[in-house]
Amino acid sequence: MNIAKFKPAIVYTIYIASTPEKVWQALTSAEFSRKYFFGNAVEVDLKVGGAYIVRTPDGALHISGEVIECNPPKKLTVTFNVNWPALVEKLGPTLVTYEIEQTGEAVKLTMLQSHDRPLSDDILSGGRQGWPAIFSSLKSVLETGNALTIKMAPPQRMLAALKQLGIATP
Amino acid sequence: MRKPEFIYVSYIETTPERLWEALTNSAFTKRYWFDTEVRSDWKVGSPFALVMGDKTTDTGAILEADRPRRLSYTFKHQLFEEMRNEPATKVVFTIEPHGKIVKLTVTHEGFIEGSKLLGAVSKGWPAILSGLKSLLETGEVLAIPPDALGIEGFD
Repeated sequence: MNIAKFKPAIVYTIYIASTPEKVWQALTSAEFSRKYFFGNAVEVDLKVGGAYIVRTPDGALHISGEVIECNPPKKLTVTFNVNWPALVEKLGPTLVTYEIEQTGEAVKLTMLQSHDRPLSDDILSGGRQGWPAIFSSLKSVLETGNALTIKMAPPQRMLAALKQLGIATP
Repeated sequence: MRKPEFIYVSYIETTPERLWEALTNSAFTKRYWFDTEVRSDWKVGSPFALVMGDKTTDTGAILEADRPRRLSYTFKHQLFEEMRNEPATKVVFTIEPHGKIVKLTVTHEGFIEGSKLLGAVSKGWPAILSGLKSLLETGEVLAIPPDALGIEGFD
């Protein structure tokens, strides 16, 4: 897939008292991701072209994609498509890039959510709501051993916008 | 077109009162805000300043101080020539209980198109707020070297 035309729409940076290897593991291990990713499990075949999957706590397929760039423990780019009918057809694929950088004793983790076309603030509100909760909890797990319990209502603004576009959501 | 602004959300295991204190107590801010003291009496209309060592980096005035829910001040950069000429901006901290944790939203707005200051604060806030979260949750300072932020002149 040609990713040159994708532009970041959401960027979130967080610094964590950890190592790049531990952050990489947190982002790519099913067991670890369940702790901070609203109970979802990341399953990834860590090679270019490998499958990238996120399952909900009940095992259902939530996000499916493939690995585009894989440079452990520094950079991982995957397609990150929520498994709702017509979503990719209407909005194009979603690309997620994680950049991991050692900065002194801390690790700088940057997430970029990119798209190949401009999307409305309504559509992007879902990611803007979700990512800070995911990374806040990830940081807490790595630094304290305990995840945060963040109860979050469904992203109503995004779901309404998707519905208007004729995209079926649960 | 989205207006030029920076928004950052962080969820922190603390209480609204402790978070308010962490944002307004100069001895505490020195520990996570790159050795910067926040100086104000936090009354609406009072002056506000960020002082790093012997340098005043930013100044403003308190717009809202609704402890421990909402704090806002005007924010004008004072140190670097290019950014010093930009108009005053506005910073808003919103503190909301979220179950047993606290949701902190920082909104920094009022930038001109092509603002250099927006570029600098977009790199600065994630580091400051990551350090704040670490200190409140673990009691430990997160050692981030200033030059890692990639802000010109800040090292």
